Formats: sequence, C-alpha cells, structure tokens
Amino acid sequence: MNHKLSGNRWPLRAFHAAFVVFMLAPLLVVVLVSFTDKGYIALPFDGASWRWYRAILAAPDFIDAFWRSLALGAAAATLATVLAVPAGMAIAWHRFAGRDALLGLLLSPLMVPHVVLGIALLRFLTQIGASGSWWGLTAAHTVIVLPYVLRLVVAAATGFDRSVAQAAQSLGASGWTVFRRVELPLIVPGVAGGWLIAFINSFDELTMSIFVASAATQTLPVRMYNHIAHTIDPLLASVSTVLIVLTLAVMLVLDRFYGLDRVLSGKA
Amino acid sequence: MAFLELDGLVKRYGDFTAVAECSLSVAQGEFVCLLGPSGCGKTTTLQMVAGFTAPTQGRIVLDGRDITAVKPNQRGLGIVFQSYALFPHMTVANNVAFGLEMKGVPADKRRRQVAETLELVHLAPFAARYPKELSGGQRQRVALARALVIQPPVLLLDEPMGALDAKLREDMQIELRALQRRVGITTIMVTHDQGEAMTLADRVVLMNKGRIEQLGRPFEMYEQPNGRFSSTFLGKANVFEGVCEGGGVRVGELPLPCEVGAAAGSIDYIVRPEKLAFANGSALVRGRVEARVFLGNHWLFQVATPLGTMQLTEANAGLPAVAEGDEVGLTWRAEHVRVVPRGA
Amino acid sequence: MNDERNLLPYWLSAPGTLAMLAFVALPLVLTLGLSLYPFVPGTGVGEGLTATHYLDIARDEYFHTIFARTFGMALLVTAICVLIGVPEAYVLSRLSPRWRAASMVVVLGPLLISVVVRTLGWALLLGNEGVINKALLALGLISEPIKMMFTFTGVVVALVHVLVPFMVLAVWASLQKLDAATEQAAASLGAGPPTVLARIVFPQVIPGVLSGGLIVFALAASAFATPAIIGGRRLKVVPTTIYDEFLGNLNWPLGAALAAVLLVIVLAVSLGANRFVERRWKQVFQ
Ligand SMILES: Nc1ncnc2c1ncn2[C@@H]1O[C@H](COP(=O)(O)OP(=O)(O)OP(=O)(O)O)[C@@H](O)[C@H]1O
Ligand SMILES: [Mg+2]
Repeated sequence: MNHKLSGNRWPLRAFHAAFVVFMLAPLLVVVLVSFTDKGYIALPFDGASWRWYRAILAAPDFIDAFWRSLALGAAAATLATVLAVPAGMAIAWHRFAGRDALLGLLLSPLMVPHVVLGIALLRFLTQIGASGSWWGLTAAHTVIVLPYVLRLVVAAATGFDRSVAQAAQSLGASGWTVFRRVELPLIVPGVAGGWLIAFINSFDELTMSIFVASAATQTLPVRMYNHIAHTIDPLLASVSTVLIVLTLAVMLVLDRFYGLDRVLSGKA
Repeated sequence: MAFLELDGLVKRYGDFTAVAECSLSVAQGEFVCLLGPSGCGKTTTLQMVAGFTAPTQGRIVLDGRDITAVKPNQRGLGIVFQSYALFPHMTVANNVAFGLEMKGVPADKRRRQVAETLELVHLAPFAARYPKELSGGQRQRVALARALVIQPPVLLLDEPMGALDAKLREDMQIELRALQRRVGITTIMVTHDQGEAMTLADRVVLMNKGRIEQLGRPFEMYEQPNGRFSSTFLGKANVFEGVCEGGGVRVGELPLPCEVGAAAGSIDYIVRPEKLAFANGSALVRGRVEARVFLGNHWLFQVATPLGTMQLTEANAGLPAVAEGDEVGLTWRAEHVRVVPRGA
Repeated sequence: MNDERNLLPYWLSAPGTLAMLAFVALPLVLTLGLSLYPFVPGTGVGEGLTATHYLDIARDEYFHTIFARTFGMALLVTAICVLIGVPEAYVLSRLSPRWRAASMVVVLGPLLISVVVRTLGWALLLGNEGVINKALLALGLISEPIKMMFTFTGVVVALVHVLVPFMVLAVWASLQKLDAATEQAAASLGAGPPTVLARIVFPQVIPGVLSGGLIVFALAASAFATPAIIGGRRLKVVPTTIYDEFLGNLNWPLGAALAAVLLVIVLAVSLGANRFVERRWKQVFQ
C-alpha cells in the first residue's frame, strides 16, 4: 500500500481536494464569522475584531456550561474507565459462558439511538426521583461513553502476549501483583486513549443530554443548541471557534500517540 | 523416588484428548527433552508441570511433594517461554530482578544476584536496556537469566530456540547445555527439532498424538528405534513392512538379514541410510540411482529397488564413483537392522 | 486461564454489567412499558394498558410521512457516503505518508468536534443570507437566493458531512488489512490498474463498505441535532418528532411508542445486515 498515486492521478487529486474543502468549509465559515465586528451574522465583513470573544466573557451561562461539560466529561470518562478496564480484561483474556452476550450488552449504547436513550433515561430518572440531578446526568454519560473505552481496552488487552503474565506468575507474583506490575502498565496506553475518546464523546454529547439535563445542569452543547433554536448570532461562532481550537489540540495529541484512525475505530 | 515425577498425566478438552497418560521420572540435574510433531501435546504437558493448565487426571510430584494443586506462582519453577515473554516495560535488570522481588529479597542482595546472573549469561553490559533494544539471542538469554535467578528446582523451556535463526540456534544450544551443566539444574525442554533434542538432552521423550512413543538416551533411541514413527522422526530411516517366520525375515518375497530373536508376525524392518553400502560383489538388493544429492559432510543417494525407494548416505570423501542412473547393488549388516513388531 | 469454573471474569465484569442493566436495559424496558399507557392531556400518563399509540403510528398519514422521510433520508445519506467515502479512503491509502497524516486529521478530525458546531457551520453556509448564496449572487450566477435552509437537500448535505468520516474510517480499516502482494500478483498476471481496482481491491473492501454503511445508516436515522437545526420545525424526522412529543406536547406515551418503533427498526436493520455480512463474508475474511 505504499506506492503513491500512479497513472492518471489528476482526477483522484481533484476529488481529494474537493473532499477536503467539503470537510473544512463549515468549520472555516464558523471561524471566519466569529471575527466579525457586526452585531449579526455577516460574511464577508469589513472589520475584524475580538468583539465576540469578549462577549463570551460576558456570557456567564456559556462559561458555566463549559466548565460543567468539562467536569461531566472527566467524571463520566473516569467512571467508564473504572468499569470498562476489568470488564475488558475479562473479555480479552477469559473464555466464559455468556461472554458474547456480555460484550453485546456493554457495547449496546452504540446501537441504541441517543434520542431513545434520552427519553428512556428521562423517564427512568423521573421515576426514581433523580431527574435533573447531577449524578443522574453523570450516570447517563458514563454508560454511553463506556463502549468507547471498552473497545480500546479489549483491543489493547487482546494484543498482549498472555505468556508475559504467566512469566510473572511463574516468578511468584500473585494475581493482584501481576495485574499491577505487568498487565496494567501494558494496557495503559489503550486505557488512556479510551479515556480521552470517552471524554470527548461525553463533552460533545447533545441528543441524550437535552432530555436528561435540567436548566441547572445544562451542558455546553445543550446550551448552544437552545441558543441556536432561539437565534443564530456571532456569539455562537466565537464559542464554537474556541471549541474547534481546543478539539484540534486534543486531536493532535491523539494522532501523535495513537493515530486518529486507530483510536476512532477502537483498534489502538 | 525421582526428583520430579509425572504420574499418569491426562489432559482432555471436551472430547479431545490433548495428553493421554503421560508418566515420566526425571532425576535431579537431568536434562530431558520432550520431542514430537506439532500438536502432539508437548506444550500442554509442560504447562501442566508449570501449573498453568490443570491436569484432568494424574499427579505431579516434586522432590517428594505433590504439587498438582499448587498455584503456578507458588511452585517456584523457572520457565522460559517460546516468545520469551519479557516484560516490555522493564529494563533487563528489572526483568531479572522481578522474581527476587516477589520473594522479598532485599534490594542490595537482589542487585548482586542480578549482576551475577547477567554475568553468567554474558549480558552484564545490557542491564539498563529494554527488551526491544536487544537482539533475539540476547532476549533469549534475558529470559534464561530471569528464570535462573530465582534458583528454581526445575527449569522448563518451551521451544526456547524457536525464534532464532539456524546459526544462532546452534550457538545457543551449546551455551544452554554448558550453562545447565554448570548450574546443575533439572531441566525439561520442549522442542520439535530432533537435532536439538539429541544435542541437548540426557534423555529424550518422544511424543506422538498425546502419548509417549519412546523414551531413552539419544544414542540408544537413534540406534534402537521402537517403530516406524521413532525411526523416521529421529533421523532418517528405510522402513519396510515384512513378516518374521521361523527366525528369518521376508519383505515381499525377499529374505533379508537380521539378528536372531525376532518374534514371529508382521514386522517393520528398519535400517538407517548410513548403514547401507554399495556392494561390489553379492548384493542384498539391486536398483538404479535416481538421485544423488550433496549435503556438505555427506552424500545422499536415492535408489529405486524392488523394495521401494531406499536412501543411502556416504561420508563425503571427494566426488563419489556412483552417479545418477547407475545400476548398483546395496548391502548392509544384520547387526545394524532393527526388526520391530508392527503395532496398530 | 480457561478454567470453566473460574468466577473471576464474572466478578471483573459485574460492575460494568450492573451499570448497563440499570441505566440502559432497565430504562429501555420501562420506556416500552410507558408506550402502552394512554395519554391524558394535562396530567400526562393515564391508567390501564392500550396499543393506541402504535395503532396511531401504523394508521396516521402524518407519521407515515415522517418515517418515510427519516429512512429515505438515511438511505440517501448512506448512498452518498458510500459514493464519496470509498474513493476518499482509497485516495488516502495512496497518499505519501506526510500528506496522508495531514489529510487524515482533516477527514477524521471533525468526528471529534461537536455536532452542534458542525451543523452551525452548515447553517451559516446554507442560509438565504449564507455564504453560498452570497457568493453565487455576487458572481451573478443566480438572481435570487436558492432556498437551502429548511430543505431536505440541506439536511442531507449536512448529515453527509457529519457522517462520512465513519465511512472513510471503515473502508480505510479494511484497506489496511489488504495485502499489497495481492495487487502485485494481479499486476504480474497482466491486470491493468483499473482491473486491479475493480477485481482485486474493491471486493476485498466490501466488508468495510458494508459495516461503514451500517453505522452511517443507523446514525442518520437517529440523528437529532442536524435535522432539528437545518430542517427546522416543518421538516420533521422521527427523532425530532419524539423530542416534540416528549418536551413539547408532553405526550410521553406517544413519544415512547415512536422511540420503540425507531429502536426496533434500527436494531433490526443493524442486526440483520450484520448477520448477512457474517454469513456472506466470514469464510473469506478469517
Ligand atoms: N485450550 C485448548 N482447548 C482445546 N484444545 C487445545 C487447547 N490447548 C491445546 N489444545 C489442543 O491440544 C493439542 C496439543 O497442543 P499442544 O499445544 O500441547 O501441542 P504442541 O505439542 O506444543 O505443538 P506445537 O509444537 O505446535 O507447539 C493440540 O491438538 C491442540 O489443538
Ligand atoms: Mg507448543
């Protein structure tokens, strides 16, 4: 697969260029619009300004929502990791009755539309008197990001030579020591990648959160969605640009250490 | 009582029997090779000794103590894995120190022992490297050092040379043999390379389809194979199906020489290629040379005879007189023939 | 390791399993139950059991249109994603490593950016006052803005943008497994580049195309933000209808029934296609 485009390469190149433009265009437009000095969406505009970035500072509800999403993402990703690591090791290293069913159950949130999960959790949390609660939202996010961690943990653990653990055992290490000194260090890269992907997915999640979050626990995507439903103004563009820049940073980290393709398809 | 005793070990996976009735006594300091074709149950047997696979039946007794139910991390055996299974996130020194750490050996004593063991396997300069910064042979020696440093009563090796190229493999075999002698450790090694087994082992355990086919010292086993499988797996052999009656052996209609004492009935008539010679006068069988192959220290001839194709080898002492297409006579001596009753 | 009586794997997976049962399985079952209750305007959920919501969905023209639109849209989006995603994955595999790394970030990176942000970008592009219309007007190609916001086409375009990375990713993964020697073997037997592509490369990436198509279809059928923002109030799809029933009309039982139907269709398509892929392709690909 290492030979470059050969033969008549221009049609493919033109196609690739068009594809890249298509992928970038909406993001570039958002970034450009955010620098307008007008009070409304206008492109092209005459004067560039930081006006709408200063406006973010004057919009405490966006800032609160940002920190809330950050905390929620960190909490959900951490909880999901704590749950997914042992389950992933069981699935990768043991053959037991019900293993396939277990894997299916743990990955099921990937198959269920988020609207459906959203209303199901809204109803459920209302019935147990936890609607609009912080922990309910965290639990909801934990289960939907768990599959992302699980996939990477299973991939990392499956690629791990079992005889390495046997070697440690033969040298006198107990089960717990083998885990702490040998198995865990070797799957840590997968776990870390899984945590990051889980964090991002939680941070970005909109559809389920719309149902589960209350006015007091609005996440940033929900706050932005509610704003868009009301009006589209350059403030949204500047907030979005901040998000794009932050995401780009995470993206470069992921690409550097794992390769985006592998971490996104759950094969790191 | 032998030092290590495998007593009727059986391993079944569902209906499939991976190891059927394996009994073996190993003396202290002895080097035993489990030899056999792929899938014959060598690894399974070794894994049962190591404790990673629970036997379906049978016992393992080490130095008078039944260890069948002892967990692998309590057995204290030294194991070298085929993949070496080095801890990739630890340096060579830390890999070797791991077992001592598990035993609770104090740090300074640990350091000394690690240094000594690395010295033993000629790896002292590599102590600070990580496994992936080592060559295949060096990795293998780290694995060996890691297993030896805990001074285990028994050393288990599963195809330790599998990942090495031919030349390095030979060097490592000699080194391993010397090391084993020096340390005097009881050793069980798995291999499917007959040359390796003969080079290293005090005794060879030849396995086939989960059973022990033959057990003995390499020279004895080579000279006195107990059947077609042994004779062809360990070295080359000409094997013919014949019958023994009235103290003589016939293959087809042809009477062939053998020592007296063979039991009557169907037999396998076995004679090694190097025991055959071209006959100047009267020949036991005549044929035509189909192929002549140069193999370095000797020549291999394939001769089409009425008995079937026969192989003959001759030490290399210059270009042989016999060429392809020649009509030749073959002869051999009765004391070089093995006559074995044909089993099922 | 393979001890059948070993309970360790069950202990290890117990916490995750419990979380899934409590926060996915149980709520879904409860929702299924909810869809069988009558709706009482004002108070919400009534007493007794009824299949009336399912009957409504089965009979009412209004819901038929919405379901047809949703799955038509999902099919169209999937088709377009195959059409542009497969060649793009192939082009990616043929770029020099440096270009490939950069292109990969551009093509796959948007997956990590919030759907709200990406959809906002399309809203800015597609509006009557948006970039595309402004540009076309300025170039004199059109005399009045083309309506793209709140149209089916607009939603499809934005959804393709949101979902096509999944297709590229899936095809890319199977291209990676492809043994370059098979192409060389074909070439050595006299096949020209187009023949190699059609006869050797494409058949080997079909599983990737199918699994990518499955993901795109399921996500397109359950997309909420993009149809809600680009499609608006009138161009309803099933997810936005569920939202309106739940949070607008407070008709939870009907919303739950719609959700149950959506879930069943999406799962049936996914599992059915999976089964098909496995049966058809398993022997060939390990
Ligand atoms: N966990 C298992 N479940 C079922 N069958 C097994 C299992 N482990 C091994 N076997 C079977 O037992 C037989 C012996 O396997 P074993 O690994 O001991 O062979 P081996 O002699 O070491 O072969 P090789 O030289 O290829 O390593 C094989 O036929 C194998 O398929
Ligand atoms: Mg083996």
